[in-house]
Amino acid sequence: MISVSRVSKSYGSGAAAVRALDDVSLSVGRGEIFGVVGQSGAGKSTLIRTINSLERPDSGSVSVDGREMTTLAGTELRAARHNIGMIFQHFNLLSSRTVQANVELSLEITGAGRAARRTRALEILELVGLHGKAAAYPAQLSGGQKQRVGIARALASSPSVLLSDEATSALDPETTRQILDLIRQLSKDLGLTVLLITHEMDVVKRICDSAAVMSGGRILEQGPVEELLTTEKSLLGQALFPLGEIPVTSSAIVEITFNGVTTDRPVIAQLARKHGIDVGILGAAVETIHGRQTGRTRLELPGDTKTVAGAVADLRSQGLFVEVLQ
Amino acid sequence: MIDRNDPYFWSDLLDTILKGAGETFYTVGLSLLFTVVFGLAAGVLLVTTESGGLLSKLFGSRALGFFVNRVLDVVVNIGRSIPFIILMILLIPFTRLLVGSFIGPTAAVVPLTIAGIPFFARLVEIGIREVPVGLVEAAQSLGATRWTILTKVMVAEAVPALALGLSTTVVGLIGYSAMVGAVGGGGLGDVAFRYGYQRYSPEYMFGVVILLVLLVQVFQSLGNFAARRLSHR
Ligand SMILES: Nc1ncnc2c1ncn2[C@@H]1O[C@H](COP(=O)(O)OP(=O)(O)OP(=O)(O)O)[C@@H](O)[C@H]1O
Ligand SMILES: [Mg+2]
Repeated sequence: MISVSRVSKSYGSGAAAVRALDDVSLSVGRGEIFGVVGQSGAGKSTLIRTINSLERPDSGSVSVDGREMTTLAGTELRAARHNIGMIFQHFNLLSSRTVQANVELSLEITGAGRAARRTRALEILELVGLHGKAAAYPAQLSGGQKQRVGIARALASSPSVLLSDEATSALDPETTRQILDLIRQLSKDLGLTVLLITHEMDVVKRICDSAAVMSGGRILEQGPVEELLTTEKSLLGQALFPLGEIPVTSSAIVEITFNGVTTDRPVIAQLARKHGIDVGILGAAVETIHGRQTGRTRLELPGDTKTVAGAVADLRSQGLFVEVLQ
Repeated sequence: MIDRNDPYFWSDLLDTILKGAGETFYTVGLSLLFTVVFGLAAGVLLVTTESGGLLSKLFGSRALGFFVNRVLDVVVNIGRSIPFIILMILLIPFTRLLVGSFIGPTAAVVPLTIAGIPFFARLVEIGIREVPVGLVEAAQSLGATRWTILTKVMVAEAVPALALGLSTTVVGLIGYSAMVGAVGGGGLGDVAFRYGYQRYSPEYMFGVVILLVLLVQVFQSLGNFAARRLSHR
């Protein structure tokens, strides 16, 4: 659905030039929720803005729904943008318009008639849970409600892609969760493809099917979230489920990644019993997301090499992803 | 000296001042019309033709955008820096060319408009600049044309600021119109000068002053009220 191929972009020139995007490639499948994480200045905003051509890359290609975006201009570009909704960190709603009129702006732009605009605006407001707020002005709404208006505006013209640039970064954790759940729900119901960028790992955990980690304009790793978690030395895994520093000990240390497969099995207790190891838990970061247990545990396994190797083999045979750190 | 004991003194005074006020309204109204149209356009262009602005590529040409921006900036600055009394005299030949004479309320419209446009343009510029760039970006992401962005986002969002700018401009124009009046432009300035000053009538002078003060109060309050009502921030 979205395909970014070898895109580079620099700001400024000469010695002061900043390489905001450095040979970036990624692909987002239809109906997928793809998260891009990275620290401030990593180039996330620049990347997402190349998708709807708010920013033109220096080189490389960006295609959305089979249409090459980098060469579009004028009417064609505007038509392509009707198919790509975007939401923003600071909502960017028109203060002079009511909630309904803000949503209708999107439809005025696509040229819908007055009656059709009204019907569609009310319908989409209902969908984002803003029933009864149509006549309010943005200043009278909470942050979460404002972002709902932003989502309604972005989706009013029925795009197939939604871009989200830090859409929950200005919201409190509870509101963030509600907005993310709404995005996930809409993505499911409408078959919407979502590319979202964030610096909050929780966002990825909560709604993303796939993710990419960016730093210094480059993508360091990308893939389905579950796959990334079970990749050796995964940056995303470590960032999503941080376990802190490895303590100094003479025993073997292993990390187990849970991926929803072992929810109802007492893995550690069994390990201790079966192999006679006094298992020590050094750290654990496990959460239940959408009914599945996901996370990592770091265990200390005292004992001779043979016992430890046997225990590790046993864990792996249960379908667990095990990394031996020392 | 006017005879204060003349039984018609007060009704004459009222007639004269009302006629002057009528001329002032005519002059200020007409010049306001031109000022708003051209000042709005100039102010919007000043912001949008800047490098990186919405119209920085005017008719597809970056050079044209830059040129328009520089020229407007210089012209507006010149217009703002010439004292009105001098501008008025400077414009006499131009006024005569345009309306055939440099005396009378219609002739007064010319210097008022020329002074009003750069004044209002700067106020428009300030108002438009306050519109967050994020709003323009949001409209762009929706696939809006530049005209839609200009009208439905930039100008629409600046309306409260424009209302304040408008009332400030009206007040300025009323002040200028009195100056033009004193040198033949008619209106309240003319009344104050001919009756109040040349014929030593404090009643005429105060009458005009009180009316001017009232007018300024009314228009400024109207502007403030409108700005408050129109703003939903
Ligand atoms: N318009 C611009 N002009 C010059 N440099 C820019 C511009 N936009 C971005 N940059 C630079 O490009 C780099 C990437 O910026 P970008 O906004 O994409 O980062 P980001 O990952 O979105 O960061 P944040 O999380 O803080 O939003 C930064 O070094 C930034 O300073
Ligand atoms: Mg950013």
